[in-house]
Amino acid sequence: LIRFPPHFPFSLLFLPTSPFVWYPLWSIIAFDELRTDFKNPIDQGNPRERLKNIERICCLLRKLVVPEYSIHGLFCLMFLCAAEWVTLGLNIPLLFYHLWRYFHRPADGSEVMYDAVSIMNADILNYCQKESWCKLAFYLLSFFYYLYSMVYTLVSF
Amino acid sequence: MRYTFISVEMITAQQECTVPKEVYHKGPKVKEGMQYGDYVNNQASSAPTPLSSTSDDEEEEEEDEEAGVDSSSTTSSASPMPNSYDALEGGSYPDMLSSSASSPAPDPAPEPDPAPAPAPASSAPQPSKMTKPFGYGYPTLQPGYQNATAPPNSGVPPSSPGYSGFQPYAQQYPGMNQLSSGLGGLSLQSSPQPESLRPINLTQERNILPVTPVWAPVPNLNLDLKKLNCSPDSFRCTLTNIPQTQALLNKAKLPLGLLLHPFRDLTQLPVITSNTIVRCRSCRTYINPFVSFIDQRRWKCNLCYRVNDVPEEFMYNPLTRSYGEPHKRPEVQNSTVEFIASSDYMLRPPQPAVYLFVLDVSHNAVEAGYLTILCQSLLENLDKLPGDSRTRIGFMTFDSTIHFYNLQEGLSQPQMLIVSDIDDVFLPTPDSLLVNLYESKELIKDLLNALPNMFTNTRETHSALGPALQAAFKLMSPTGGRVSVFQTQLPSLGAGLLQSREDPNQRSSTKVVQHLGPATDFYKKLALDCSGQQTAVDLFLLSSQYSDLASLACMSKYSAGCIYYYPSFHYTHNPSQAEKLQKDLKRYLTRKIGFEAVMRIRCTKGLSMHTFHGNFFVRSTDLLSLANINPDAGFAVQLSIEENLTDTSLVCFQTALLYTSSKGERRIRVHTLCLPVVSSLADVYAGVDVQAAICLLANMAVDRSVSSSLSDARDALVNAVVDSLSAYGSMVSNLQHSALIAPSSLKLFPLYVLALLKQKAFRTGTSTRLDDRVYAMCQIKCQPLVHLMKMIHPNLYRIDRLTDEGAIHVNDKVVPQPPLQKLSAEKLTREGAFLMDCGSVFYIWIGKSCDNHFIEDVLGYPNFASIPQKMTHLPELDTLSSERARSFITWLRDNRPLSPILHVVKDESPAKTEFFQHLIEDRTEAAFSYYEFLLHIQHQICK
Repeated sequence: LIRFPPHFPFSLLFLPTSPFVWYPLWSIIAFDELRTDFKNPIDQGNPRERLKNIERICCLLRKLVVPEYSIHGLFCLMFLCAAEWVTLGLNIPLLFYHLWRYFHRPADGSEVMYDAVSIMNADILNYCQKESWCKLAFYLLSFFYYLYSMVYTLVSF
Repeated sequence: MRYTFISVEMITAQQECTVPKEVYHKGPKVKEGMQYGDYVNNQASSAPTPLSSTSDDEEEEEEDEEAGVDSSSTTSSASPMPNSYDALEGGSYPDMLSSSASSPAPDPAPEPDPAPAPAPASSAPQPSKMTKPFGYGYPTLQPGYQNATAPPNSGVPPSSPGYSGFQPYAQQYPGMNQLSSGLGGLSLQSSPQPESLRPINLTQERNILPVTPVWAPVPNLNLDLKKLNCSPDSFRCTLTNIPQTQALLNKAKLPLGLLLHPFRDLTQLPVITSNTIVRCRSCRTYINPFVSFIDQRRWKCNLCYRVNDVPEEFMYNPLTRSYGEPHKRPEVQNSTVEFIASSDYMLRPPQPAVYLFVLDVSHNAVEAGYLTILCQSLLENLDKLPGDSRTRIGFMTFDSTIHFYNLQEGLSQPQMLIVSDIDDVFLPTPDSLLVNLYESKELIKDLLNALPNMFTNTRETHSALGPALQAAFKLMSPTGGRVSVFQTQLPSLGAGLLQSREDPNQRSSTKVVQHLGPATDFYKKLALDCSGQQTAVDLFLLSSQYSDLASLACMSKYSAGCIYYYPSFHYTHNPSQAEKLQKDLKRYLTRKIGFEAVMRIRCTKGLSMHTFHGNFFVRSTDLLSLANINPDAGFAVQLSIEENLTDTSLVCFQTALLYTSSKGERRIRVHTLCLPVVSSLADVYAGVDVQAAICLLANMAVDRSVSSSLSDARDALVNAVVDSLSAYGSMVSNLQHSALIAPSSLKLFPLYVLALLKQKAFRTGTSTRLDDRVYAMCQIKCQPLVHLMKMIHPNLYRIDRLTDEGAIHVNDKVVPQPPLQKLSAEKLTREGAFLMDCGSVFYIWIGKSCDNHFIEDVLGYPNFASIPQKMTHLPELDTLSSERARSFITWLRDNRPLSPILHVVKDESPAKTEFFQHLIEDRTEAAFSYYEFLLHIQHQICK
């Protein structure tokens, strides 16, 4: 394994991390939009519009899933390479959660997990929303943690 | 155009209010309306009541319920009839009330629940050995389990004191083994508790199944509310006493949810035409019997507690022609009403009824020969298709290419247009493929006569179902309507093609059952597109081999269609299936239909819905989008308690189904259910509706098997029993822990769960074809409760000794009511004949030494040996017992969504395994007997 300088992952990741926080934010906004179907009764009263809207949002959510998961995976890989065991340890649970989530998707393949036909069931919607909030909190905390670590390593370097 | 329509409707509406009721009783619907006669035997009493809205024809347009936001303040100018509520037809409240009241059985059952009033032993009808159908809580106690003819039971401790206490009774009627006369009583404990809470020691109670059908428990409300409450046939809750908090619900470990059958055929239904539909201003609840009037001018919503004004129009009661009595209005007197909606409830002009038939004509389909039956049924029922003068109809056939039929008026004969480009389907002549039924009737008849023979020599074995569906979608998009797809094999060409996924060696595997979910999302996407265009796709799968129903079913599931499956269909080799198809088609083609429907379910603040079950698209957290609604569709909803209900003593649920009738009227059918809130665990248990709970659990288990695995679902079912019984056990901790105690309201719970585990959908170890399993799951999801219960736990009757004792009268016919037998081989005696009602199939089992008189009088053969192996009809013989048997079977059969086929099974014929697999209390190679199951549960609880 190549041995990276210890500050490397933090300085490299600091910049991409800030947009990374946006993933759960986007999801939260999307779920909120799903939940309130009264916003535009003229369009959404029309079943086709409403359906398209749901499909559009689900499609958007699905597009976010793979980039988010893969970037997070990449982080973990870098922490592994840099032997940042503590940071890696903090990220491992989420990594496993992502893997579990990804492989327990519906069997018909193309749907990654936000399925237009079931997303409006309140329990699924609630679950997804909660998941997004938790992730937002996690990413925010890790953002500050990375920032701190970067400054710390830079200073001590 | 649209205005014309509306005015026509209005006239009809006026007729409704002025013309005597007979008008509504003509036509095929009436008969359908009676189907529930077994629960509400109100045929006779309903005759004078005019109200049958079953005569439904209506239709209208548009959609979202919410669109009508301000309806209550508008639209008076649209209607030529100010304030005439037409209907309330008949206006006789008392009648309506009595029949819609929640006590389900006016006559057949003196007691709504199995409520076993200790039946005095002396009233047991021993002389004739005929059992009296009612009044006995429990069938006879049998000598111990170990005497049963049933398979090896692991040792039962027969020596419990309670048990031996029954011996004397059992001995009193030595010959009654097969009879189920009950001796209720069994007062194990004389406690002051309500009957439904009486603790029952399940392992010692030998005969748990009541002899009468199990009725829905009646919510513990005051008498007035009880009378007003919604009929349990339409609307049931798994807990008739709603726990106050989620914590209490969690403690009870019981599922909370609603079972709905919103569009069922009703014999009477108040139809209200009024300019203003009174709804709560904030939550849009329709006014209902459970609101409270603060004073003459204001009412308080029972769901969100907002105080609303009573509109001026509402002050006048057209029924009594009096003013100032808003609480006497029909909306406030009936928990099931139908409103004729104004244009506020439409987004587009009313759509006509549009029917498209998409038919598989590949070699396989021609071999099976369904076309003849379909065309014949269509020809017979062409005039009975619900619709008005705008009704349109179209046909498509497909094999490896797609064939359209130009039926434009003026052509001398139908014109067939073949599109062979299945990768990019287009409509050859978009305007003339869906034609007006009345203008082109001759051409349609010509086509139907010609179709069965058009493809007799086809060599095409491929089936391009996907492209055909895409074409159908294009064709239907402008209007919406119903697409009926007939498919006989795996789709093998074009988009949506499927591969065989079933491994026959895995059919009886006890471990993993795979492929319960769809293989492709093509059908789901298509269904969503269809749903957006108000088109429902109904699937008829007539196939002899694996056809991947799990994938194909998606086209109906998400477009609110229905699914029919005829395994190994062949018109000559399998006449019983052919006959079933014929009967199902008759019902399918003529039953009521609603287009462009949405259903919104509201509940009192504090409760919230999650997870819906059925065929629909969930458009919002409380709104289901239903492209079509049919009277045979059932739904289930799971509920949770989000806020404590401490400040209220009643909760209400309201479903509003907004639909366009086939006659182009927009209608809203509203059901309201009111239930009490309780704060103690004991009360929660007292109010369990075990059948509703089982149906809800079955729905949840189907979801679980698809999303997780079948074994998970099975475990979850067992855990449901274990958890609820152990929770109950710890509540009544004064009782000994070793016994398996259940409250009387839950006594059937383990039995029903065992039945579910042995049901086709969930069983393991018994060879089950994947398609059969998936079909059973589809059925569980979309059948209404009454039918689902028969699928889960069939009813067994002894029919060789039917008497008129306790018989009921339906349509001038005497229908005997034999007692229910438990589903165990020990009940079958060689001297008897038994009828098993499994919902979609009837079996008549004839014992080896069955009385020759019975065989001769009912079956028309001189003796047992001469009965043929395959017999699917009872001959019409002019004997008393034949008449009784036939009237009983006809009564059972009356208007089920799926007309059952009858199999006469001889004791030694190979077909008897079919029959015996339904005897769920017995042990099979792969599954527990009932008693073993109880011991298993007990073991789990103690663990």
